[in-house]
Amino acid sequence: MSEKIKKAGRQTNQNEGLIFEKSSPGKRAFELPPLDVPAVDPAKALGEAHRRGGVDGFPEVSEIEVIRHFTRLSTWNYAIDLGMYPLGSCTMKYNPRVNEFVARLDGIATEHPYQPQELSQGCLKVLQLLEKCLLEITGMDAITLQPAAGAQGELTGLLLMQGELTGLLLIRAHHEKNGNPRKRVLIPDSAHGTNPATAVIAGYEVENIKSNAEGQVDLEHLREQVTEDVAALMLTNPSTLGIFEQQIPEIAEILHAKGALLYMDGANMNALTGVTRPGDLGVDVMHLNLHKTFSTPHGGGGPGAGPVAMKKILEPYLPTPVLVEKEGGRLALDFNRKKSVGRVKAFVGNFGVLVRALAYILAYGPGVRQATEDAVVNANYIRKTRW
Amino acid sequence: MRYLPKSPAERQEMLAAIGVKNVEELFSSIPEKYRLKKALNLPGPFSEQEVIRYFQERAKENSVGYTSFLGAGVYNHLRSVVTDTIIQRGEFLTSYTPYQAEITQGTLQAIFEFQTLMCQLTGQEVANASMYDGSTATTEAVLMAERLTGRTRVLVARSVHPEYREVLRTYAKNSGLHVEEISYTMAGTLDAKALKAAIREDVCAVVVQSPNFFGTIESLGPLAEITRAAGAMLVVAVAEAVSLGAVKPPAEADIVAMEAQSFGLAPSYGGPYAGVIASREKYVRQMPGRLSGQTTDSEGQRGFVLTLATREQHIRREKATSNICTNQALCALAATVHLTLLGKEGLREQAEQNLAKAHFALTELEKIPGVKRTFSGPFFNEFTVALPKSVKLVNAELLQEKIIGPFVLGTAYPELSKNAVVCVTETTSRGEIEKLLAGVRKALATA
Repeated sequence: MSEKIKKAGRQTNQNEGLIFEKSSPGKRAFELPPLDVPAVDPAKALGEAHRRGGVDGFPEVSEIEVIRHFTRLSTWNYAIDLGMYPLGSCTMKYNPRVNEFVARLDGIATEHPYQPQELSQGCLKVLQLLEKCLLEITGMDAITLQPAAGAQGELTGLLLMQGELTGLLLIRAHHEKNGNPRKRVLIPDSAHGTNPATAVIAGYEVENIKSNAEGQVDLEHLREQVTEDVAALMLTNPSTLGIFEQQIPEIAEILHAKGALLYMDGANMNALTGVTRPGDLGVDVMHLNLHKTFSTPHGGGGPGAGPVAMKKILEPYLPTPVLVEKEGGRLALDFNRKKSVGRVKAFVGNFGVLVRALAYILAYGPGVRQATEDAVVNANYIRKTRW
Repeated sequence: MRYLPKSPAERQEMLAAIGVKNVEELFSSIPEKYRLKKALNLPGPFSEQEVIRYFQERAKENSVGYTSFLGAGVYNHLRSVVTDTIIQRGEFLTSYTPYQAEITQGTLQAIFEFQTLMCQLTGQEVANASMYDGSTATTEAVLMAERLTGRTRVLVARSVHPEYREVLRTYAKNSGLHVEEISYTMAGTLDAKALKAAIREDVCAVVVQSPNFFGTIESLGPLAEITRAAGAMLVVAVAEAVSLGAVKPPAEADIVAMEAQSFGLAPSYGGPYAGVIASREKYVRQMPGRLSGQTTDSEGQRGFVLTLATREQHIRREKATSNICTNQALCALAATVHLTLLGKEGLREQAEQNLAKAHFALTELEKIPGVKRTFSGPFFNEFTVALPKSVKLVNAELLQEKIIGPFVLGTAYPELSKNAVVCVTETTSRGEIEKLLAGVRKALATA
């Protein structure tokens, strides 16, 4: 009898071919119910010019082959369900399965964004509660849930600031004669690549700002760099180097004195939630990543959601539609916003992702601070004992 | 808390190993006056059952039990349970973005298969790993055309989805792009004469949707000729991807921007969906977003990696082709599984059922006095009808019969008041169509 117990190995052959390589004419994996109206001849209905016989090269396989193919592929992936990812900026945490369950409920998964608002009060209540929770967490006054990811959130943030700066310019132009489009955005070079990429899409020039030896923004240099040509500073806090920027209120002051605004990339909110609030620190506008801090699954690269929370001064510029409460507590979507920056995506946002984030917040409640504390303890523990 | 793998004793041990007395010390770099002294005012904590109950209550306040005839960019189609079985596997659901190829071959190969399917569907040569949705895919296609041509004028058909055009305008404002709209003809398609009159050598892109927002299929050949003659690029948006099962693909397009929601993704009140961008190989270096490429490893075995990453934000930063990082990977995987389940014959059959049901509905609707189809061009599963009465009023009456009526055009298209877009898919039964007919008949009979 062998004394060594062997664990079951992976029985599957790791050389899994492409699904196209398993294809053979006549195989099918899905059948439709029979047609209950008269069939039409596609050639007649569409005209020969528009008609297509079938998609060339499309696979023809059976259901069991689909199951085996993708199940085998999945065994090639590492994932949170298997173990941790010690990488920063993305906050890989447990993706609670109840979130998946509630996102799939009939009446949640099935709703059409254009159905009557009186038949969507459930969806709108979900949005309203999520808005309230995220505002409480960030210490901000207004929020949009529309952006599909952090990068889109950043763009929205910059557009909002433009909206505000346009507003300020209108006021200032009344007093001064020269208009100033404010061409520059300041970004630390440790920033996530989406920050400068987004700034360019928003029509700005990017200027790098210096950090001092402690990894903090160098305030003296900043004072020189912030002129009336600077629109905003984009800060990630804690930074992508993990360091908490201790002088945010001072940075905010320097910027506000020259009419510039402070944007915070909220990718690392997992270190702050329940412990401090960016709004209290002086941040004007920030985005959150629901697929980072708020547990919605990474899914191999998305989907995500990048809500943008802001101080009251930016509220007039919110993307449309804006969730409003009418008489009797009825919720509605307001499309009539004259100063809105427009919309950054069709419909209201990645609703299914928003549902998952709300489910996460409800599970934790005020105890969400515990997740933050555990994360910070973990990071310090690894640093202290393993390095 | 059930999501946290630490006991109180373990926390104490770790604090001791770090060398602090309590966890507050670890937050000392946050100025004291900004550290919260009270817990946040949030609902909860909820047990699993309470979380479920909260959403079940919300679900009851939505549209369960109603039959919908809405399309307008989001479509009700059959979805196999097998798709969820696959995408709910933890190795797919909870895996990180595939930057590290050695531990993510599953995702990377699946993306490669997705890209391949999208090319087969659209008649293009290369497709990326997904964009956020159809509206942003269309916008990024235009930005791509701007980079490739160096021009800043955009001509977009008014028959493109209103929200797609809104998103384009939001992005265009800051890229120095000038967007102009080209109107439609009585056939319900882009006015080629108007396009020819408006186009000059300062146009980077002509944007058209097919089938368009009115449901009509565009004739792309003549539009492509006019566009190319001016040195511009033809961007074709596809909102109803199932149409590609019966309708010739937009191979004349320089760039295709598609919404893949119809392939196995629930309507979910607006998202998450999956945008697709597909184009010619020669333009690949200007494509936004992730690309999975096939290669061989050091032992000569086939493998997949993210490729041409110098286009992307994490390498190129301010010079990137887009700021996109997170995309819609899991949704693209769902679409991939869905399409392999349907297969060649399944997609063709599904598309033909849509065609049959929509054409049946129109034929029957036109038997009701006063109802007639607005446009004359060929259509797939959506068509526009003109009613003798306000569509809002008709829809209000249909709601009494638990029917969500067609899309009211009057708000986005003031010149088309009393017109509506009806969508019928393979999921609408004959009985439900007949209920719609009876409901419309009744609503029009009352003054």
